[in-house]
Amino acid sequence: MVERDIELLECGHRACAGCGLAMAARLMLKAVGKDVIIVSATGCMEVFSTPYPETAWKVPWIHSLFENAAGVGSGIEASLRRQGRSEKVVIIGGDGATFDIGIQCISGAFERGHDITYICYDNEAYMNTGIQRSGATPYDASTTTSPAGKHSFGNTRPKKDLPAIMAAHGSPYVATATIAFPMDMMKKIERAVATKGPCYVQVHSPCATGWGFESDQTMTIGKLAVESGLWVNFEMVNGEVTRVKKVVRKPVEEYLITQKRFRHLFRPVRQEEEIAKIQAYADRNAEKFSLDIKQQKK
Amino acid sequence: MRQIIEGSHAVAEAVRLSRPQVIAAYPITPQTHIVERLAEMVADGELNGEYITVESEFSALSACLGASAAGSRVYSATTSQGLALMFEVCFNVAGMRLPILMTIANRSLSAPLSIWNDQQDSISLRDSGWLQFYAEDNQEAMDLHFIAYRVMEDHRILLPAFVCFDGFILTHTYEPVDVPTQDEIDTYLPAFTPYQKLDAQNPLSFGMYATPEYYMEFRYMIDQAMQRSKDVIGKAGREFGEQFGRDYSSLVEEYRMEDAETAVVAMGSVCGTIKDSIDEMRKKGKRVGLLKIRTYRPFPIEEVKKSLQSASTVAVMDKNISLGSRGAVGLEVKDALFGSDISIYDYIVGLGGRDIRKKDVAAIVDLAEKGEGNLFYGLHEEVL
Amino acid sequence: MPLSVGCTACPGRARDNKTGSWRVFRPTFKHSKCTKCGICSLICPEGCIEVGADEYYYPNLVYCKGCGLCAQECPAEDIEMEQEAK
Ligand SMILES: Cc1ncc(C[n+]2csc(CCOP(=O)(O)OP(=O)(O)O)c2C)c(N)n1
Ligand code: SF4
Ligand code: SF4
Ligand SMILES: [Mg+2]
Repeated sequence: MVERDIELLECGHRACAGCGLAMAARLMLKAVGKDVIIVSATGCMEVFSTPYPETAWKVPWIHSLFENAAGVGSGIEASLRRQGRSEKVVIIGGDGATFDIGIQCISGAFERGHDITYICYDNEAYMNTGIQRSGATPYDASTTTSPAGKHSFGNTRPKKDLPAIMAAHGSPYVATATIAFPMDMMKKIERAVATKGPCYVQVHSPCATGWGFESDQTMTIGKLAVESGLWVNFEMVNGEVTRVKKVVRKPVEEYLITQKRFRHLFRPVRQEEEIAKIQAYADRNAEKFSLDIKQQKK
Repeated sequence: MRQIIEGSHAVAEAVRLSRPQVIAAYPITPQTHIVERLAEMVADGELNGEYITVESEFSALSACLGASAAGSRVYSATTSQGLALMFEVCFNVAGMRLPILMTIANRSLSAPLSIWNDQQDSISLRDSGWLQFYAEDNQEAMDLHFIAYRVMEDHRILLPAFVCFDGFILTHTYEPVDVPTQDEIDTYLPAFTPYQKLDAQNPLSFGMYATPEYYMEFRYMIDQAMQRSKDVIGKAGREFGEQFGRDYSSLVEEYRMEDAETAVVAMGSVCGTIKDSIDEMRKKGKRVGLLKIRTYRPFPIEEVKKSLQSASTVAVMDKNISLGSRGAVGLEVKDALFGSDISIYDYIVGLGGRDIRKKDVAAIVDLAEKGEGNLFYGLHEEVL
Repeated sequence: MPLSVGCTACPGRARDNKTGSWRVFRPTFKHSKCTKCGICSLICPEGCIEVGADEYYYPNLVYCKGCGLCAQECPAEDIEMEQEAK
């Protein structure tokens, strides 16, 4: 049961002001409760919470490397099973740890069917090392390794469809969520933890520093991502999409314009073609997931 | 009970008797027979543990890391490319002070690709904080597993360990070995009591990062544990001897060193060949002996110094090469004998499975006595 | 204090790091329009908004970084951000 009042992440951590994934960490702990072992991959969440000896975690927590959290979690789960212990194993990785460097370990863990929950907090780039692109970086986002320039509009590839890849592993429960809808996010994590077998939840976690917005806009931008259709909140049970958050869609530019990483699409000149391409991504999402709430004609 | 079994199966027996709760390993020649046998044991209920069929060596050791931190006794085995793939995890395991045992079926590293034996793989991890034991034969390989578990899990030590034995030369060779009974091993090796573990009842954070204010202290503490382990290994080896009649109280073994003028230094299975060669040389009146290094990490600097002090010439046979420098054992022996007037020569031998015969040992002794050394021994003429 | 074996730590010490010093803007909870819904406390990335005996919410300024999210998200618009006095 989600316990709103339980506080399992201590004050004093070093996340940037308004950090979406600090919010994500607090909320997910409320959903999983105390009977848990957390495995973290290297990244912002690990770094802001654990300079020796100032840990912010009030639950058992382990970090080993950037790309092996799912392997470590597999071993913990096997050990707990052997000991007959009750703790749940929850693995948390950033989008870099999950989409890119750690995907082999994750694939192995899911294929073997460990009873684990893997949460990817997705801030759409390698933030901890200074905002480099990842396989989760959206099309045209400017990052330090995909900078917009005279011959570039930023990242040249769309976001990898990782939920589909995880579902293809036979995962019984795959969901996407965002910190902008905290109750929904917590419910999904709670459900993932309660489901036997390897489950995957991908949580959109806006990053003020990396995306370029004011620290009080984290939730607003998270909501806009959903409302524009660029981020889709859904649940998949045994590979079938069972629930989608429908929206009255807003044009993608309302989302893009809020963030410095897309500024080059509007200044010095508006890049109609590029904005249209991004709108097409949202339209495709809308079609694939039947996103649009059909508005009744008055 | 005395049995004639393959080296890999002897090791698998040792693992079974050590009662690991979690095993995670990935197959690679010439380690495969060990893990196949263990998988069979688990399938037949002879070994009461979890066998995780990981998708890589990288995950194998990562899973071991997690299982060890959660409080289980764990085991893995690998070699060569597999060990190279674990490099990052190896350092991490040692730094987190997790007592994980891994058998290394020593094999050369690519390129060129070679599945045959040398010791480049484990030697390349010498700075990683793992204890490193090298076995001469399958009995020793087996026994070192029990000793390693005892030492690693001692709360004064808490370091991981490699038990290394030469690929094919030992892994695939049938030899008679004395397999202890479960009762005997249960007496020698108590159940694992973790020093600290991941536990919801007592939440700890593992694997935090250290700022420059603390990092050096943590590295120092690992090194101190390595130094302390010398005594702990000695005691565990002595007690093993008292119970089983095979004494391992020293980190080195001397063979006919009493009056030796020339001493050969080596690790692993080649020591058997060297001993035979020494017997032949002794018959011809040569005063030759062997110093076998069983524990490469921690390096037994005092024992080496003491053992070699009255020799006039030392020939180190290294089955590895620090490219651009010398053999790793040779360098350490020179360090141990620093300031003495003993002539010390290093010979790179047996890389990639090149045979080392008795006559090669004799030839190396001759070279050393002539003052020729620090070379690759036995190369084809055309590369010279 | 001796260092732990393997660089582990017990919970609690993060609190030594008083992040309130980062703050440029300070949230002021007016407690006039507040409906005690608790959204602020749920979403504060610091987890530093505590509920008082009067069931109103109070920011712990020892840790509050002044991100402004509580003010932005408060449905009743009860919270105002004000420049910290130097
Ligand atoms: C093997 C390895 N390669 C590279 C790094 C450097 N590194 C540390 S964190 C990180 C990026 C993390 O990105 P992500 O997983 O998205 O987490 P975030 O920092 O965005 O929260 C990188 C590249 C590393 N620690 N290990
Ligand atoms: S860089 Fe972004 S993700 Fe990292 S701590 Fe800062 S706001 Fe959070
Ligand atoms: S300003 Fe930010 S850190 Fe301070 S109380 Fe409000 S939400 Fe929390
Ligand atoms: Mg990221």
